[in-house]
Amino acid sequence: MNPDIDAILNHLREALPDAAIELRRNPGPAEQHSLLVEAASLPDVCRFLHDELHFDYLSNVTGIDWPDPAKAEAVALADNENETKEETEESPPKPGFLEVVYHLYSHRDRVGPLVLRVRTLDRGENVEIPSVVSIYRSAEFQEREIYDLFGVRFTGHPDLRRILMWDEFVDHPMRKDYVAPDDFEYEPTPHDAVLERAKEHYPS
Amino acid sequence: MAIDQKLAEDLKSQGIHVTSFESLINWGRSSSLWPMQFGLACCAIEMIAATMAKYDMARFGAEVFRPSPRQADLMLVAGTVTKKMAPLVVRLYNQMAEPKYVIAMGACAISGGPFKQGYNVLKGIDRYIPVDIVIPGCPPRPEALLDGLMALRKKIAGEKLIGKNRVRHADAKGTAEFPVPEYGPHDLQPTANREIWHPKPVVHEEGGDR
Repeated sequence: MNPDIDAILNHLREALPDAAIELRRNPGPAEQHSLLVEAASLPDVCRFLHDELHFDYLSNVTGIDWPDPAKAEAVALADNENETKEETEESPPKPGFLEVVYHLYSHRDRVGPLVLRVRTLDRGENVEIPSVVSIYRSAEFQEREIYDLFGVRFTGHPDLRRILMWDEFVDHPMRKDYVAPDDFEYEPTPHDAVLERAKEHYPS
Repeated sequence: MAIDQKLAEDLKSQGIHVTSFESLINWGRSSSLWPMQFGLACCAIEMIAATMAKYDMARFGAEVFRPSPRQADLMLVAGTVTKKMAPLVVRLYNQMAEPKYVIAMGACAISGGPFKQGYNVLKGIDRYIPVDIVIPGCPPRPEALLDGLMALRKKIAGEKLIGKNRVRHADAKGTAEFPVPEYGPHDLQPTANREIWHPKPVVHEEGGDR
């Protein structure tokens, strides 16, 4: 059952007036609305949700890569040349960012998931988000996975190392701009992107 | 080596077997293949099923799964070999004593299978170690594994231990060790052992089936 997100938001705003929390509604039939939380106030929000509202179970932590919108718009423009350029030039270029999503459940109230979203400032240097391992122990491996695959640095994590790729690996494979090693091999039925690579490697 | 077939039959009726050392040694080796006990992915479940009562790999002397590579003759690469796992598989293979054999079981161990175009899966264990038998399937049924085992037994039975075409482990110059790839910043280094891995060049004809 989805939690009553408006009531939770009111509780949070009462208890933590300084925390910047924004409600993002999901118009889909699932109505899984989410709370966009400022990175700095994430530990306080999680502590309050855990201790006071009995969200005692963190089921999932995952990441999303939002590339620089300028690049995304350039691609969209190339697709549709009828669009005017003015719109893109008006808005100042905002950097892309990484987002981390937390799914919280309450065993006592049998509600969930309560979706929390936290964003980094950009995708380069400022990719720090406070760790919630001290509140939800189950976050430890999942935060390591996000560090490994997306490159989000969790401050305060007890053991932040790569978990899936080897330690010497330098890339973050789930980022949109990751370039995989060029080791294409024969594929009997290539299609789409694989077909393009096949054409590059096996000129007729 | 020619043995008079009639003489051999006559002697056999008297309880005397005439054979060559080569056949005897190969018979012994093919009849007690001890696999190494390790599985990498879902194919390992089929491998386990093949050892259980219904399929009973013990009939062929191959049920003694050894927990140490020093005691094993056969490496069953059963499942997806990730790039992170590949150096460990090669190292385990190096630690096995000769004669040693490799069965690549399932699409992933052969070619990377459904993960072939991914960044993290090795496109076939034959890039780093010599593979004797490949068993296609995803995963192969236990019958297919037994068929592969039979094929390996046939291969061992036909091995030449002396002469010019003798097998690697009967050759003083043959090597039992293969270089272990290193973890690089983007990929394994090297990406394949070119001395044992010789892929056929593939050229697509224009208008042909891709």
